[in-house]
This record gives sequence, structure tokens and C-alpha cells, in this order.
Amino acid sequence: MKSLIDILDLSTEEINELIETADDIIANHDKYSEICHGKKLATLFFEPSTRTRLSFEAAMLELGGNILGFSEAASSSSAKGESVSDTVKVVSCYADIIAMRHPKEGAPLVASMKSDVPVINAGDGGHNHPTQTLTDLLTIHREMGRLSDLTIGLCGDLKFGRTVHSLIAAMSRYENIKFVLISPDELKLPDYIKVDVIEKKGIPYVENPDLEDAMPQLDILYMTRVQRERFFNEQDYIRLKDSYVLTPEKLKNAKETMRILHPLPRVNEISVAVDNDPRACYFRQALNGKYIRMALILKLLGLEA
Amino acid sequence: MTIDSIKNGIVIDHIQAGKGMYLYEVLGLEKLDCSVAIIKNVISRKMGKKDIIKIDSMIDLDLDVLGYVDPGITVNIIRDGKTIEKKNLQLPERITGVIKCKNPRCITSVEQEIEHVFKLTDREKGIYRCIYCESKAKK
Repeated sequence: MKSLIDILDLSTEEINELIETADDIIANHDKYSEICHGKKLATLFFEPSTRTRLSFEAAMLELGGNILGFSEAASSSSAKGESVSDTVKVVSCYADIIAMRHPKEGAPLVASMKSDVPVINAGDGGHNHPTQTLTDLLTIHREMGRLSDLTIGLCGDLKFGRTVHSLIAAMSRYENIKFVLISPDELKLPDYIKVDVIEKKGIPYVENPDLEDAMPQLDILYMTRVQRERFFNEQDYIRLKDSYVLTPEKLKNAKETMRILHPLPRVNEISVAVDNDPRACYFRQALNGKYIRMALILKLLGLEA
Repeated sequence: MTIDSIKNGIVIDHIQAGKGMYLYEVLGLEKLDCSVAIIKNVISRKMGKKDIIKIDSMIDLDLDVLGYVDPGITVNIIRDGKTIEKKNLQLPERITGVIKCKNPRCITSVEQEIEHVFKLTDREKGIYRCIYCESKAKK
């Protein structure tokens, strides 16, 4: 029994397999529609997240399985003071696989150590969110046809943005990757990622606070939201939230083949006028999220079409 | 000052001066019934000053804890008054229940029964990170 807690739990070969399965699900949807018949996915969301939870639930339903769970801690037994370990031990009696989101970092790892069924980390605080990274990888692969030879611009909140940290860790394993880090000083990528991941692997990177200046060299522009909940101070949030807003004008010097990704939800960091640009692929990315989760559920349950 | 030499037991030598009492605590030596001596600020040619702990019994020592606190420590196993083994230490891959994670966002901050476990992520720099939240350990 294997769980997915950190994107680096998966080898690049395993990621390739998941991408292949997801591609096959997209191409031959009907083949997979009953494959999880009789199986149950429990979505344990101790912190609200509409899209990740719905994506998991849609994935299981499209595989012919069933779903159960809760969408906020208040409606779970943790409100009565039950530990994560106990909750998971009980739930693993009722479900075949668990997707867990929790505000505390490491909670899904604790769960995976106690559970009798596979646990998928659906986000633990500002720490890991591996299925978002799988979604990003599938999207890059489908849009660009490769995961190597790419210059990737990461823009916005690089300090607290867990999706950015996981994407850097995952992309660092492919050949000929360059990173362009575009953020205000206050939201720069933490040193432990810069030093321990990027520099340690000798991957070229530049820090450029100017989005327009960085634009022409990018193959991928990964935009992120400056999240209100990551700030202790409302004034800091208000001052920084508009730092990097992508508009059609800023895209003038971008490559035609460039792709814009965003983990969503967006607030105003991408103008809606960009949505119709063929380079904008964040809604396709959200759809890919469902397909890669379908592939992941199959892999962790050991099922093949 | 004279401390009796031990016949069968363990001598933990080359402890950085001042760390003897800390080691006594983390190794749980207060629970032992046998004689235990902490000798502080012993003059050392190599170190200037050092601490030594002598344990007058053959116990199971947690070498991982010792290695984490200071890999320069040597452990001498004494049998019939003679040193029969000298153990050199190294940084352990994992360490359990010694370092406390201080990250308020870590699951260990709210669930008391979870053991605090750290893993070595950079042997060269001696960096340990919490297995749950990956925060760096502070010595």
C-alpha cells in the first residue's frame, strides 16, 4: 500500500506512467467509467477547498466509484477533539482510499502512517500539495509535449505558495530547465528552496522582479495568487496583492508558444481579458486536475483498465 | 579531583565542555540505579576543556542521540577494567524524541502524542528537518 504525501514520493518514471494513464483516460473515457465500481473514496477536508475536493470527487465518480467524507473540520469528529490518527484509523475501515486536506503541515503524513488504505495529501497548510503539482505536470506535458528544455517563470507569491515550491522540486528533476523567479521582495522564494533544491542541482535561475522584462524568454508562465490567509497583517496583504497583474499588454512580447498556468482560484492577478488568449490554459489545467487524480486513484488502488 | 575508575561500564568522552548535563538528561541517565558521574571542565589537550560521563553499568546507549548532539564524542566500553571497544560516532539518519519541532504550523504542535522525528537532509552541514513539516531543527 502506497500513499502520496510529497510529489517527490513519485519517481519521474511513475509520473510518466500517471501522465500516460491520464492521456489514455482523456482519449478513451468510456474504458474507465466502471473500473472503480464498489470502491469508495473518503474526502477528509479539515479545511475548506471547493475545487480540490470536487476534483477528487468528480474523479472517483467518473471511475464508477463512490464518495463519502466531510468538507470542514466543524462537521468532523476533530471538532470533538479527535486526533488525525484516530480519525484516519476509523475512516480506513469504511473507505478504500483517502484524500485529506488539513491546515497543519504533516497531518497527511501522520494519517498515512496510521491508515490501512492509501492516503493522498490534498494539501497540508502551506507545505505540500502534490496533486496540484501532478496537475501542473500533466498540463505542461499536454501543452508543450515535453517536461524538459523549458524556461519556467514563476510569478507572484513565491514565499508562501506551496504549489510553486512543489513545482520547482518536481521540475528540477528534468533536463535543461531554467527558472525565472518573478516576485516582490517580500514574497521571494525562501532560501531553503533556492539553496537546497535549485542551487544544489546546479539549475540556472534568475530573480527578476519585472514581469514584462522577464516575459520574452519564458516557455511557461506560472501565475499565483497572493493569498490573504498567508498574511498575519491585512495591510501587508493589501499593499502586495496587486503587485503582479497579468494583462494582454504585458503579454505583447511573450512567445506564441508560451503557456500561462495558474493553480486557481485567481483574484485579480490575471485579467479576464487574458482568458481568451490561446496561451491561457488555466481552465484546461483545472480539467486536467480531474484526469490526473483519476490516474492517481487507479495507481494507488492497483487497478488497470 | 578523583573519580573511581569503572570496572564494567561506559565512558562517554570528548563531550564539548558544558554539554555533559544536557546529555545526561537526553540519555535519560537519571533513571539509572547504578553510579553515574558527570565530570565537567576536564582539561583536555585536544579540546582545551571537555566533559566526561562515566556510567558504572553496561547499558544500551542511544548512540544516535550522542551522534546528533556531537559526533566528536567517543564512547568507550569498559569490561574488567579495560577498554574493549571505542566507538566513533556519526550523525544519525533519523532521530526520534530528542529535537522538538518548533513550527507552530506543524501537526506536532497540536497533537501531543505524535513523536517528534527529524531526518538528516544535509550531512555536510548537519541539517536535520522535521519529517512532518520539513522545518529545520535548531540546536
